[in-house]
Amino acid sequence: MNSKKVDRIATGVIYLLVAIVILILVGILGNILIAGVPHLSWHFLTSASSSFEAGGGIRDQLFNSLYLLVLTLVISLPIALGAAIYLAEYAQDTWVTRLIRTTIEILSSLPSIVVGLFGYLLFVVQFGLGFSIIAGALALTFFNLPILTSNIEQAINGVPQTQREAGWALGLSNWKTIRGIVLPAALPGIITGVILSAGRVFGEAAALIYTAGQSGSTVDYSNWNMFSPTSFLNVMRPAETLAVHIWKVNTEGIIPDVNLVSAATSALLVIVVIIFNFGARFLGNWLYKHLTAAKVK
Amino acid sequence: MSKHEQDLQKVVDQAIAQQKVPHVKFKKIGPESVDIARLTSQSKETRQERWGKGLTSLAIVLIAILIAAIIGFVGFHGLATFVNDKVNIFHFLFTSSWNPSAGKNHVGAAAMIVTSFAVTLLAALLATPFAISIALFMTEYESGKQTRLLQSVMELLVGIPSVVYGFLGLTVIVPVIRTIFGGTGFGILAATLILFVMVLPTITSLTVDAFKAVPKDLRQSSAALGATRWQTIYHVVLRAARPRILTAIIFGMARAFGEALAVQMVIGNAVLMPYNLVSPAATLTSQLTSQMGNTVMGTLPNNALWSLALLLLIMSLVFNFLVRLIGKKR
Amino acid sequence: MENWQTQKKYIKTFNNEECALYTHNLSVFYGGTVQKLFDVSLGFKKNTITALIGASGSGKSTFLRSLNRLNDRVARVDGNIMFHELDINQKKINVYELRKAIGMVFQKPNPFPKSIKENITYALKANGEQDKAKLNQLVEESLRAAALWDEVKDKLDQSALALSGGQQQRLCIARAIALKPEVLLLDEPASALDPVSTAKLEDTLKQLRSKYTMIMVTHNMQQASRISDYTAFFHLGHALEYDTTTNVFTNPQGKITEKYIQGSFG
Repeated sequence: MNSKKVDRIATGVIYLLVAIVILILVGILGNILIAGVPHLSWHFLTSASSSFEAGGGIRDQLFNSLYLLVLTLVISLPIALGAAIYLAEYAQDTWVTRLIRTTIEILSSLPSIVVGLFGYLLFVVQFGLGFSIIAGALALTFFNLPILTSNIEQAINGVPQTQREAGWALGLSNWKTIRGIVLPAALPGIITGVILSAGRVFGEAAALIYTAGQSGSTVDYSNWNMFSPTSFLNVMRPAETLAVHIWKVNTEGIIPDVNLVSAATSALLVIVVIIFNFGARFLGNWLYKHLTAAKVK
Repeated sequence: MSKHEQDLQKVVDQAIAQQKVPHVKFKKIGPESVDIARLTSQSKETRQERWGKGLTSLAIVLIAILIAAIIGFVGFHGLATFVNDKVNIFHFLFTSSWNPSAGKNHVGAAAMIVTSFAVTLLAALLATPFAISIALFMTEYESGKQTRLLQSVMELLVGIPSVVYGFLGLTVIVPVIRTIFGGTGFGILAATLILFVMVLPTITSLTVDAFKAVPKDLRQSSAALGATRWQTIYHVVLRAARPRILTAIIFGMARAFGEALAVQMVIGNAVLMPYNLVSPAATLTSQLTSQMGNTVMGTLPNNALWSLALLLLIMSLVFNFLVRLIGKKR
Repeated sequence: MENWQTQKKYIKTFNNEECALYTHNLSVFYGGTVQKLFDVSLGFKKNTITALIGASGSGKSTFLRSLNRLNDRVARVDGNIMFHELDINQKKINVYELRKAIGMVFQKPNPFPKSIKENITYALKANGEQDKAKLNQLVEESLRAAALWDEVKDKLDQSALALSGGQQQRLCIARAIALKPEVLLLDEPASALDPVSTAKLEDTLKQLRSKYTMIMVTHNMQQASRISDYTAFFHLGHALEYDTTTNVFTNPQGKITEKYIQGSFG
């Protein structure tokens, strides 16, 4: 066989494999969306789920997912921001810094079930919080921290060094330079990173099944008192999210319309994640253009 | 000064004359003699600096404590099986009788260990040729639109939550396997196929980075010697990128090894030594997921599960270590 | 063949009182062991422009960046830098206050992605200056001093990034001047500019000479000869020759200096 022929065969094989992967994705998306979207009615989104009858919705799960996401971001963003700033701006290349970087990498590669079980051990059992939203939010924070930290660190590193030098040469403290000059310039990248991590958090289930729990209590959406056990804002109540719901109805559920509910919920999850993914890129680009535009006003 | 430079100078002079550089006399602003005392005393900036460094270090310390706590807690509970319940560690690793509630002689995790490694290796084996092809397609064959399209495909695959993969496995892959091979359809094959799709983007994106890191002139000099595109790829690009591709595969394997819910939904959850690819089995993660809620804290069955979690943690550290080892060799 | 070990150093010295700033045996080490600068002792006379010339890697930029302690994070700097009879190369020195007194302009124009006005007021506000009238006055004066006022006075609220490279660089000078420094460090300020902008910039610097002490790194020999009063020649981390610009360019004492100057003039 001559080399030209080999070249042609190799090219053919590569294109074939690429085509297969695209087909797989189309198959996956098609399957989820075609099976799920027709069932995504307003009724489905706004009615409570049922534990053994057909026709239940996902109202509580949807709210719980959003609530957990918000809480997780509120807790993890300041920590990740601080850690990222330290790594990007303050850390010298010493063994301590290298050790810290290694630990963050380790945390990012820990299986989320292990993170979830740790949350279970510490918050649910040790601190006696029981299955609760707050335990779930903390477990998701652990899950989210490493990826968010490295996303933010990358965004900060993308700001040219000359900008920092400009600040230093004007007698600004390093901290003032970071806050006033580096962070605003890194904002588009930071926001993209936060949204991308939010997509991951939104679909996560393994870290939650033993922290936020696999069932929801009855909640009252008109009760705004956070400390009342029936309030939808109560962080001490157990809460099932969309992703956990899919897992639960498929492994232990006995509702007759399990496939419909799962498909519709999956479709919703995937749609939200797609919106997050493209929204992140779109918003990042828009902000970047807006902030660096030649004309401010 | 050469003729050319003189001409240039003339142009410059003319341009300057036309632009009329304003020779403003400025009287007001000028240097202020520095106050020496201020150079040796603290100021707002020093305080800001201490505050900023303190605050950000705190965040780092928090993360470090967190990791230490995870390793400490899981290690403590995971070792209880061997320390308190006196289970033989070799027994745990190499026998496959798993029924911890029946006593310490039935705490053999070998079946789950073998299954975990089997699905991980098979998924990586299956995904690698696809990942390399896609990466080659994106870096060596096409550019622009096609590359961006594939990039989006990969991002979407990463973005799909693992329970959704599990659900698809349950409703699509398992029935297909059942039809073709008979039996229940649950098992290593179903898990492998799901994990294949899940680790594909991880391996691909790191492989793309690996190819991009191969210097352009290596390819050009190979092409200049008359090599075909495939020869260049095979002899130059793949060889130069080999360590990084290996790293990519290990990252993919780490993800596969730790994946819990998607695998748990399609593996069948029977703690048996797998004898073929389509018999129900259980991985470390699937067993943890399905059983942790059914045991009582502090009892042997519960401790045994923590030992599985510890094993997962250790494997995660091993994967990390391998990546580092390859990185050092390079 | 003469090299830096055999070439004698010809360093002009001043009385300490004449100098705005002088160094004594300044050495810089990177990564603890790699020495980039060897015992440089130079004095910079008040209200003059001193050019630092030399090939790439000769240590002139390293030297310049040590003068306002910008190398602190990346290198170890040994020796003394005397400023108002105070050694400013000590740990106890408040570098933030120091940098307000010793301003710096960089190779690439680096305005903040803010409006022209904010570029100047940002550091002033951080310094605690809140009075709007005072700030506006400082903006105008510093822009006038940098010969930029007439070009931008109608668009002070527009982004500084919309300015041309030359205008951006003069804005950076204005930004530094607004803090009323005594010394201005210029790190190849014209290297990223076209000839017209360069000429304008040089014009501005010449005007500023009556008030400030300026130390400028440059690759451009003609530029050095056009605007500087004194010239220091750096070679492989050593300051080999330092004299009036006229002397260095017309009658260099050392062989290496001579070669460098001839070579560069072509």
